[in-house]
Amino acid sequence: MSAVLTSQSRAKAEASALARAANDGLPDRANAHLDWLESEAIHILREVVAETRNPALLFSGGKDSIVLLRLAERAFRPDRFPFPLLHIDTGHNFPEVIAFRDARAAELGETLIVRSVQASIDAGRVVLRRPAESRNVHQTVTLLDAIQEHGFDALFGGARRDEEKARAKERILSHRDEFGQWDPKHQRPELWDLYNARLHPGEHFRAFPISNWTELDVWQYIAREKLAVPSIYFAHAREVVERHGLLVPVTPLTPPRAGEAVVRRSVRFRTVGDITCTCPVASTAATLDAILEETLATRLTERGATRMDDQTSDASMELRKKEGYF
Amino acid sequence: MGATLDTLRFTTAGSVDDGKSTLIGRLLYDAKSIFEDQLASIERTSTKRGGERVDLSLLTDGLTAEREQGITIDVAYRYFTSAKRRFIIADTPGHEQYTRNMVTGASTADLTVVLVDAAKGLQTQSRRHAIIASLLGIPHVVLAVNKMDAVGYSQSVFEAIRAEFTAFCRDLDIAELDFIPVSALEGDMVVERGENLGWYRGPTLLELLENSKAAEAAAGEFRFPVQRVALAKFGPQADTRGYQGRIESGRVAVGDRIAVLPSGHKARVQGIVTLDGALDAAAAPQSVTLLLDTQLDISRGDLFAHAGELPTVTHRLVANLAWMAREPLDVANGKPQRYLIKHTTQSVRALVEAIDFRLDVNTLARDTGVTTFQLNDIGRVRLKTQKPLAVDSYRANRATGSFILIDEATHQTVAAGMIQAEGENPNG
Repeated sequence: MSAVLTSQSRAKAEASALARAANDGLPDRANAHLDWLESEAIHILREVVAETRNPALLFSGGKDSIVLLRLAERAFRPDRFPFPLLHIDTGHNFPEVIAFRDARAAELGETLIVRSVQASIDAGRVVLRRPAESRNVHQTVTLLDAIQEHGFDALFGGARRDEEKARAKERILSHRDEFGQWDPKHQRPELWDLYNARLHPGEHFRAFPISNWTELDVWQYIAREKLAVPSIYFAHAREVVERHGLLVPVTPLTPPRAGEAVVRRSVRFRTVGDITCTCPVASTAATLDAILEETLATRLTERGATRMDDQTSDASMELRKKEGYF
Repeated sequence: MGATLDTLRFTTAGSVDDGKSTLIGRLLYDAKSIFEDQLASIERTSTKRGGERVDLSLLTDGLTAEREQGITIDVAYRYFTSAKRRFIIADTPGHEQYTRNMVTGASTADLTVVLVDAAKGLQTQSRRHAIIASLLGIPHVVLAVNKMDAVGYSQSVFEAIRAEFTAFCRDLDIAELDFIPVSALEGDMVVERGENLGWYRGPTLLELLENSKAAEAAAGEFRFPVQRVALAKFGPQADTRGYQGRIESGRVAVGDRIAVLPSGHKARVQGIVTLDGALDAAAAPQSVTLLLDTQLDISRGDLFAHAGELPTVTHRLVANLAWMAREPLDVANGKPQRYLIKHTTQSVRALVEAIDFRLDVNTLARDTGVTTFQLNDIGRVRLKTQKPLAVDSYRANRATGSFILIDEATHQTVAAGMIQAEGENPNG
């Protein structure tokens, strides 16, 4: 791949270089914390690529993995990414997000591997108790099968420690045993920025370059980098029912229950996971600035406001992660 | 809307008994950084346990085993933002058996809050926390004398603890030391001043955290460990290699004369490349791709430094070592032990040849008669590496002065090391 920039991107790059040169190479204080987070993430991406044999990057089309892709560009361009993109598709994803996923991978010219929970169901690897049940938890089987199929020894993910209390305990480079399981009580100590990437055969790592980012950081970075995101992150009118304090979207997979009133509301999604367990929030935020304002003002956590699967018990995420979930 | 703030990373060392989790809970609660669903969740748990008030300590204990046992086992990271600053808290357990977790949290911290129970006074544990902060090079230590409500908010109790701790820290290497009386339970002097500590004129804990200078970007000499050599070539003829890495300290500009270590070959910086284009100069902590004017044999693990400001290139290291594995380090009968050493971006074999002494982390006493380190032991060792490393003392540079040891058979990280320059204060 040629390192020579096109004339258009060169002009843009030069303008940007001039703006930075005026700053004498020192980080811009107004953006100091995003610069720091960005550089830490680039460092992690390069370290893991250098020290593992066959990594992949989990790309769902959601905002966190969109940020990961930009960080990978910053870490590796003008080279192609030294890893493929991988998505575990539950088959219950929002079509806007899947379309975005495919378009973004094509735009970057990178390889996208998709493995589907439906295929795991067809092959008898996953057995559903109810046809319409959430496939969120079943992703683990498909994910671990995909890791084995391709021999991946490291998976980059967009998980953040601020999302959830079990994730707050997770290492940046997190070890998985040969069963894909996480042992939170016996994690390797992680000192300074010195990541221990040694593995025995069959084991792998999950690597989280944006561990230290918050939801607000992610949106500020998306705004700063002018990154496109799927349309459902912005306010739109949608049919929903109110259930247990959540706004449940009305879809063929999640029809209203008997006695529930369907209402049309202005909503947006804060996370874009499996349709059967992801709820939008009431919102009129139609621009990035409005989303930033809303994120600053919100009184509910990202998952608390939107995820049915995390509310089962105090330890839902910890249990899923131990089994090999993202 | 886009305005962002700088970040302070701090650690809190202490146990549930000192009120550490309560203090963090109070800080987050009064700084309005607890979300409603988190609060509802801990309210439910507090009620279930028959508590009369919301137990703020439940906010920080994330694992099932921690909630069951009412203790902190592992480091948890918390994030909050005040009007002035963004904070990352590494919340670490305080008991001696978790020293390795404390060391882990301290390794990336700019500041540490050491908690003392006002009613109990300085404990062995408080001294250990100060020693670890000093060993790990944390520049700013804040002693928070908690549970002031339990001693009638007595100024003399606070002053006595202050005097004792100040005296103890004289033997340590702590750049800045502050004292603050607080009641995490009642909220006095955490975020709000409260009404009970009128005699105290200093800043609240949050004000101290907001104004600490400990997080200023790494100045000092230019250090750039090569992480990776780009596959693409750069330059007008597309024949120049690009070296990817993060500037760990200092600053570099196009035209600078640098040395590549350990080989010592010299070159000039021809370009600094980023996704946004070329830069004239770059500084820590930026991640960049550097181009040189001379084609040299350079690979991952090599280090760039300015030609006049070189680190030490050596096979032999003297280091403070924190032992983190259940299997002990054993150099009895002069038998060296072999490990992998990971230093900056390279891993080479290393022999731990001798233990100079083990440090009693509670009293600073040195035991020179030992030949083994058990889990959580800290002391001085001598190492020999298979290939020469380009190192600085940990005092001078955290990035080029630190390393980990990895057991080649189990792949466990068995130790954290801090390189000493000869003649340095052994406790620092």
